[in-house]
Parts: sequence; C-alpha cells; structure tokens
Amino acid sequence: MSTKETLFDASELTVSMGPQHPSTHGVLQVKLKLDGERVIDAECVIGYLHRGVEKLGENQTYGQFVPTLDRMDYIAAVSNCLGYCEAIEKMLGITAPPRAQYIRVLMTELNRITSHLLWLGTHALDIGAMTVFLYAFREREEILKIFENYCGARLTTHMFRIGGTQYELYEGFEDQVRTFIKDFPKKVDEYETLLTQNRIWIGRTRGVGAITAKAAIDIGLTGPALRGSGVNWDIRKAKPYAVYSDFEFDIPTGSTGDTYDRYMVRMEEMRQSARIVSQAVEKIPAGPLMAKLSKIIKPPVGDIYHSIESPKGELGYYIVSDGSTMAYRARVRPPSFVNLQALKQMVAGHMVADVVAVIGTLDIVLGEIDR
Amino acid sequence: MAEENNNPKDESAVPPSKPVAPEAAVPPPPPKPPAPAGAVPPPPPKPAAPAAPPKPKGPVPEPWSDPLVDALKEKFGAELIKAYSFIGQNQIEIGKGRLVEIMTFLRDASIGQFTYLADETAVHWPKTEEFELVYILYSFEKNQYLRIKTRTKEWEAVQSVVSVWGTANWLEREIYDMFGIKFSGHPDLRRILLPEDWVGFPLRKDYDLRLQDVEWVRKHLGIESGQKYYVGEARHESPDYITPTD
Repeated sequence: MSTKETLFDASELTVSMGPQHPSTHGVLQVKLKLDGERVIDAECVIGYLHRGVEKLGENQTYGQFVPTLDRMDYIAAVSNCLGYCEAIEKMLGITAPPRAQYIRVLMTELNRITSHLLWLGTHALDIGAMTVFLYAFREREEILKIFENYCGARLTTHMFRIGGTQYELYEGFEDQVRTFIKDFPKKVDEYETLLTQNRIWIGRTRGVGAITAKAAIDIGLTGPALRGSGVNWDIRKAKPYAVYSDFEFDIPTGSTGDTYDRYMVRMEEMRQSARIVSQAVEKIPAGPLMAKLSKIIKPPVGDIYHSIESPKGELGYYIVSDGSTMAYRARVRPPSFVNLQALKQMVAGHMVADVVAVIGTLDIVLGEIDR
Repeated sequence: MAEENNNPKDESAVPPSKPVAPEAAVPPPPPKPPAPAGAVPPPPPKPAAPAAPPKPKGPVPEPWSDPLVDALKEKFGAELIKAYSFIGQNQIEIGKGRLVEIMTFLRDASIGQFTYLADETAVHWPKTEEFELVYILYSFEKNQYLRIKTRTKEWEAVQSVVSVWGTANWLEREIYDMFGIKFSGHPDLRRILLPEDWVGFPLRKDYDLRLQDVEWVRKHLGIESGQKYYVGEARHESPDYITPTD
C-alpha cells in the first residue's frame, strides 16, 4: 500500500468518514484512502446497529418475529413484513385471501413511494439541492398519514400478519388514496423541474459511480441500482408474488449505470408505483382478510427461500423450519448490505465529494445492513 | 429480553400436553365439539400427534431430474450427492471437495448461467457437528433460482467462492462472523458486523441467549434466575419449548 504512486508524490492520506456524519445515512464509517482529493480505496466499517435480528428470529415464534423485521429497513417496513409473511405462507401451503393481497400490494407500493421520496430528498440534500428535500417530505407526509390512519404507526407499521392482514380499511381510505395518486405524478414532474435539467445536478451525477451491468451482477447489486445499469430485472415481473401479475406497470432501466441513470430510474419507479396503486385502489375485492390457519403456526420441516422486490433491491428470506413454533434458522438477505459492497469499486478514482453522492445513490439503510 | 423471561414461565404454568391438543384437534373436527365438557379428551390425541404430522402434514422433498443435474453428474460424479425439489424449489447437495469448480461450471456453462449469487448463508446442526452452507443462485436467462448445499465441519475450511462471484466477499465474512466457518482463499476474512474482539459466534446453536442470561444473573446478582434453557438442538425438542399462545 505504501509504494503506490500518487499525484503529488506524497504519501496517501487516510480519512475516516463517519460514523457520525450527516451524509452517511446512519452510523456508517467509510475509511477513505486519498491521493489529494482523489479516492484510491474505500473500506466500509459496519455493524454499529447490529441487534442480532437473525438470532431473535430463532428465539421468537413465527408471529412474534414479524414486528422485529419492521426495525430492519424502517424506511420500507411494509416490504419487510410482506416478504416474511409470504415466505411462511408458502411453507404452510396457504395463500392470503384476494382482499388482503390487494391491500398488501397497495400498501407496499405506497411504501415504495415513501422510500424513494426519502431517498430523493436526502440524496439531493447531500449533493446540495436543499429545496427538493422539503417538497419530497411534503408528499411523504401524505402517505404516512394514510399509514397512520390504517394501522396507527407511521414507520414500523406491522401491517400484515401471516395469512393475511390484520386491519380492515378505514372509512374514506379509497378517497384519500385517490386524491393523493391523482396529484402525485404532477408532483414528480415538479421535482424533475428542479433537478433533471439542472446543470449542477448533472455535473454532480453524470458519470459518477458508474458500474457496468456485468460488474453489477457480479457484485450482486439489485433493485434500482441494477436497473440503472440497464438490466431489466425486477422480481415483481420475473417472479410475481402477491397479485402483481394483475397490474400493468413498466420497469424503467438506465443505460450507463451512473448516478444520474439511477436517479432517473427511481423517479420513473415512483410514477409506476403510483400507476399500480391507482389500479389497485379501484378493484379491491370484498371478502375476508385472513386465511384460515391454526392459532399455532408450525411450518413443516424443511427450508424455503422467498424474495421480493423491496425499494432497495432483492429482499430475501431463507427460513429453515424444524417443525416447532420457532424458526430453526431465519436468514434475511438484505439488499442494502449487498449493495453497499459495491461502494468500493464505485468510488475508486472519484473525488471525495462524490463519495457522498454514491452513498446516496445506493440508497442504503443501516438498520437493514447491520440487522 | 422481557419476552424471553415471560415465555418459559407461561409454559411451565400450563401442562405440556395442553399446547399439543388444539393442533391434534384440527383433523377430526366432528367428534371434538361434544367432548370439551370433559377433561378427558386431551390424553388420547396426544400420543397420536407426534406420529401424525410427519406423514400427511406438509410437503415432502421430491426427486428432481433435470439436464443440469445430469450434466453435473457426468462432470463431477461422486461430488453430487442429491438433487431434489421442495415446495417447488430446486436444490442440489454437493460435497465440498470441488466446490469452486462446480460453482464456476454453474456460472459459466450454457446449461446453468447462474451469474448472480443471491445469497450465501449457513445453518448449524450441532448433533452431527456440521455446518450446512447454502448458496442461492439465480440465472437471468432461465429465470430460475437454485440452491446448492454443502456440509462442513467446524475445523475444516471451505473453499471461498469470491473468485466466482464478488458478492460472496461480504457474505462469507458474515458467515465467518456469525458461525466461525473459515474460508480458504478469501481475500479478507475478518469479522464484519461484530467488533474484532468479540468472543464466540452468535448464530451457533450452542450460543444460547437464555443460558447467557442465567449466567449473567448468577454472576452479577448472586441468585438463580430460574429461567429454563436448553443447549443446542435440545431446546427444539423439549415440550416446554412450545409456546401455547402466539
């Protein structure tokens, strides 16, 4: 390491960014090796938020474990809940009733919008565009109000149960969602007027943190980060779960795999999510909310892997059951954890200020990385 | 922690036969309704319950035949132990001797094209003193997941697959961190989530949360906490382990 040729013929400088840094989106420490202003190497130090979620999963019953999962990716808690409940349902050989399935899709997509809005606000804030943050949070608030009315919580929602959903929709739910969805695409256009053609924004994101499709697959990138590199892969289309096959929506992809492309992909994804919500809210079927299942949940002996498309990427659950009331092994495949691994190769050769942009574009949540 | 403290107490308050009864009561519903008046019915279903679940309840692994399995058998012979499908999910068990060769074949051969490693994780089976490594692969071309499993002992290093998929770097570090499995050929095998000076490997079955709690109480408070704990797989076999309420 010491004999590397550097620009000013000076020795490398090691700078520690974080764990207490506003732009690392949580307690993430990045040890940067610098040559002047240029990044040579970046090493992530994680684990500050480790709570042993997988161990807890082995010591709680299947039902008790669900609220714990909301604390992983607290920005998109609904997705966490959905993936786990579906994995256990698959093991038990039951499916949630159609009404519950539609509510699930609706809530998950609304949650995807909140997740992307939070990403947009903080990402733009990191790069220096302060205004977007306020607008993004204005719309996010509307969705959180819907969540609060529905289940009493804004972030750690615990909306779904194994076998269906717990709560009936409240009065006026459809109208509230319709009102929001009607205006929302216009709001996305509004954000775009602030950023898409903005010279500073383009200067800070074009060509920054570019990764090819091949490299992205090798390092395991998923979600918008992978689609930004031009790989048209979304689990909602590739392996449809819940009732996603009932809806029409497109998968936006980028081409160059840089920060700007990932930005464009996420902006379009918000519109597509709104499209799904507007379809779902019109055809929520009547019927029961919970499938018939025994009070004590005991999946058969065996293992299962079930993954869903969370706003961050592929969120997978690998559950091993020994036939008792608690999982023998409850493994979570966290998208942020795997995506963050790409940081090293994405920032190499860029400026220090670009590290902030790349962390933002990966859309990580430390609660999920550390679990 | 509070939940863990409460559970065993609740269990000990209820006789162990109670939680088994409602499960067993599901298959024969007609005779049950008149019965609950008397306290007699629980004993008869109890012996039937352990025998009944394994056979009729739940799916069973089915043998899985596929050109891919044949190709693997032809190329690697004895390394391939078993190929089966469980709840529609295909799995192959292999020996760990030629792991990297098999994985490279699965990634590159036109029959596989599993270019994406979705997940790599481990499961501890203390009874046989074995760790099961699970690789979840995905092929974009075939839109198909595949699970590869291999078994290893604590003191035997496993070949690292970082050279095959870059994703494995952090995933194997996490396995090392949580299970203490060593990977030969890994570029940077250190703890990742826990501090460097952490003692023990938390996701092993003998790393028992309740046992630690009992020891802590004994050491710091000088009393017996009275909590129940079972070391290793034993806890999953104990009737007290079944919590009656969800």
